[in-house]
Amino acid sequence: MTSALGAGLDPTLAALRARRSGLARKRWETVDLDTCIGETAGLDALALRADLAAFDCRNNRLAQLALEQDGFMHSVRNAIERFGRERVGVFLGTSTSGILSSEIAYRHRDPATGALPADHDYRHTHNSYSVADFVRRYFGLRGPAYVVSTACSSSAKVFGSAQRMLASGLIDAAIVGGVDSLCLTTLYGFNSLQLVSAHPCRPFDVQRDGISMGEGAAFALVEDAASAVPGDIVMTGIGESSDAHHMSSPHPEGLGARIAMQAALRMAGLQAADIDYVNLHGTATPSNDAAEDKSVGSLFGANTPCSSTKGHTGHALGAAGGVEAMICALALRHDFAPGGVGTQELDPKLNCRYLLANLEQPMRHALSNSFGFGGSNCSLILSKRLA
Amino acid sequence: MSALAIHVDGIGLFGPGLSGWAHACEVLAGRAALELAPPQLPSVDALPPAERRRVGLAIKLSMAIGFEAVRNAGANPAQLATVFSSTGGDCDNCHNILETLASADRAVSPTRFHNSVHNAPSGYWSIATACMAPSTSLCAYDATFAAGLLEAATQALTSGQPCLLLAFDTAYPEPLHALRPIPYALGVAMVLNPQKTAAARAALTLELSQAAATPMRDAGLEALRASIPAARSLPLLQHLAQGGRSSVVIDYLDALNLAVEVQA
Repeated sequence: MTSALGAGLDPTLAALRARRSGLARKRWETVDLDTCIGETAGLDALALRADLAAFDCRNNRLAQLALEQDGFMHSVRNAIERFGRERVGVFLGTSTSGILSSEIAYRHRDPATGALPADHDYRHTHNSYSVADFVRRYFGLRGPAYVVSTACSSSAKVFGSAQRMLASGLIDAAIVGGVDSLCLTTLYGFNSLQLVSAHPCRPFDVQRDGISMGEGAAFALVEDAASAVPGDIVMTGIGESSDAHHMSSPHPEGLGARIAMQAALRMAGLQAADIDYVNLHGTATPSNDAAEDKSVGSLFGANTPCSSTKGHTGHALGAAGGVEAMICALALRHDFAPGGVGTQELDPKLNCRYLLANLEQPMRHALSNSFGFGGSNCSLILSKRLA
Repeated sequence: MSALAIHVDGIGLFGPGLSGWAHACEVLAGRAALELAPPQLPSVDALPPAERRRVGLAIKLSMAIGFEAVRNAGANPAQLATVFSSTGGDCDNCHNILETLASADRAVSPTRFHNSVHNAPSGYWSIATACMAPSTSLCAYDATFAAGLLEAATQALTSGQPCLLLAFDTAYPEPLHALRPIPYALGVAMVLNPQKTAAARAALTLELSQAAATPMRDAGLEALRASIPAARSLPLLQHLAQGGRSSVVIDYLDALNLAVEVQA
C-alpha cells in the first residue's frame, strides 16, 4: 500500500506507531483553496513501465508505485504459477480514476475547434476502468476484471465482489483494493458542499469542520480462506447496504451503516463484543461523524476501541476502504489499536470510545467502515487466524 | 463448479428505436424495423419533485429500465439487491464539471458534484424504491455489460436472493465524444433469480469462454452492439425475445468472453 504516510507497509506502520500525520498545508497543481492535503510523494517524477505508457496518469502512477511495494509482485506471480493467468481476477475500486488528465486537457482545447489535445488518451486514463485494465495488463492476467465505483466505499466493496467470484468457482485468486488520486473535481466539489476543512482534519473533535483530501492505493491478493495458516489475516465478514436517504448526507441515525456492520458480523459468525477495534469511516464532517457514532454506539456500546485514521492519511475517497483494511491488518498483526491523530478535544456529544493514543492489546478481529455518497455502505471484518 | 445457472424473471430495455421491452421484442425478432432516434423515456415519477429536477439522462434511463424490469418480473424493488453497470455514468454532467474546472471560476455546482459519482443512479434508485439492500456500481469500459451480468449472477447465487442488473450508457458531448463516440443512450435491466419461480421467463447458464462473440445479423443492430457497451447485450436479448433453446457468446474482455446457454 501507499499513501501520504509513505510507500509500503513499513513506513505506514512506523507512522501509526509514532502517530504521525501525512497531512500538510500546501499548494497542489493549480488549486487555489486554503486547505491541507495528504499528498503521496514522488508521483510527478514517476514513469510507468514503458509498455504501459498509454496508461500514464497520476492515478496509474500511484497504482504502479503501490504494486511495487511489500513483495506484492512476487505474491501475484506466485498465484499465477499456482492457478494460471485465466484464474486470477482483478477487482479494484476508484471514485475519480484518472480524471485529472481530462481536467488538464480541458484547459488546452483547440481555440478554433474545441478539440482536446491529440495526445489525450481518455480510455487509458480518465475512464473508471483504467486502473483495473492497467493492473491486469501489468501482470498479463486473463481472468475477469472490473472496477467498482461507489464513491468512498469503492475499495471496500471489491472484497465482496472477489468473495462472490471465488465462491462461484469462476476464479481461484483475485487482486483487490483500490486507487484514488488528487484531482480538481473532488477538491472543488467537496469545497462547494462546504465539507473541506482549512486545517488538518479532526475526526470526532468538538471543533471538527470537514475533511482533508488525501490519495492512496492499496492492493491485496485474496484466495479461499481454507488455505490460510496461523498468523494470516482473513477477511471474515463483508456487509453491504444502502441508506436510501440522501445523495450526499448520511442517514441521521446511521441506519444503513448499522445494517452493513450487522451483515458483516453475521457473515463472520461474530458478536459485536468479539471486535477488538473499529476503524471508523470518520471523515471529520460534523454530520458524518455524528451519524456513524450513533450507529457504532448502538451496536458496540461505549467500550470497543475506535478511531479514524483519516487524520493520518487524509480521505483517500475510493481508496479509503482498501487503505484502512490494510491498516486493520497491520493492527492485527502487531497487536495494537491505532489512536487517531489531529483530534484534540473529543466531542462530548459522541459516545464511542475514540482512541487518542495507541492501545497495545491482543488483537483478533477488527472492523473497518467505509461509507460513500449515494448512501453506499460497506463494513469489513478482518481476523487473525490463530494456531 | 464454474457455470452459473440463473433465471430471468423480467427485462427492461430502452434505447434508440427500442421503446420498452415489448416494443424491442418486435424489433429484435425482426417483426418491426429499427428506427434510430434518441430513446423516449417515461418521467421519473418515483422521485420526490425536489430530486426529480436534479437528475440527468443516466438516472432517467436507469429508472426507466429498472422499473420496467421489476414490473415485468412482478418483483418488489424495495427488497432487491442491485448492480448498476455503466462505462461513463452521466456523461453530460461530467463534461459540465470539466468545463467549469477549466474556466476562471471553478465553483462547481454542489448538485452537479454529488451527481458526478458513478453510483449516483444507484443512490437515486435506492431513494426512489426505499431499498436498503446492497447495491454496487461497476465500470469495465466496453466490457461493462458482461461485467455487470457476472456480478449480478454471482450476487444472486451467493445470497440466494434475486438481484436486479441495470446496464446503461449515455453519450458524451464534444469534445470527449470524439474520443468515446457512443452514438445513443441505451440501457437494459434484468431481474435475475437463483430460484425457478412462477415469474421465470428464461433460464441462463453462464460460463467464461474464449469463443468469439456472437454478432447481430441486422446491420443496424450490429452497429449499436459494436458502439454502445450496454448494447453488447443485444445478442442475448434477441434470443430472449425469440424464445426457444439457443446459445450465444457475449463480448467481455479481449480474449475472455461470456458464453450463455438460453432456454426461453
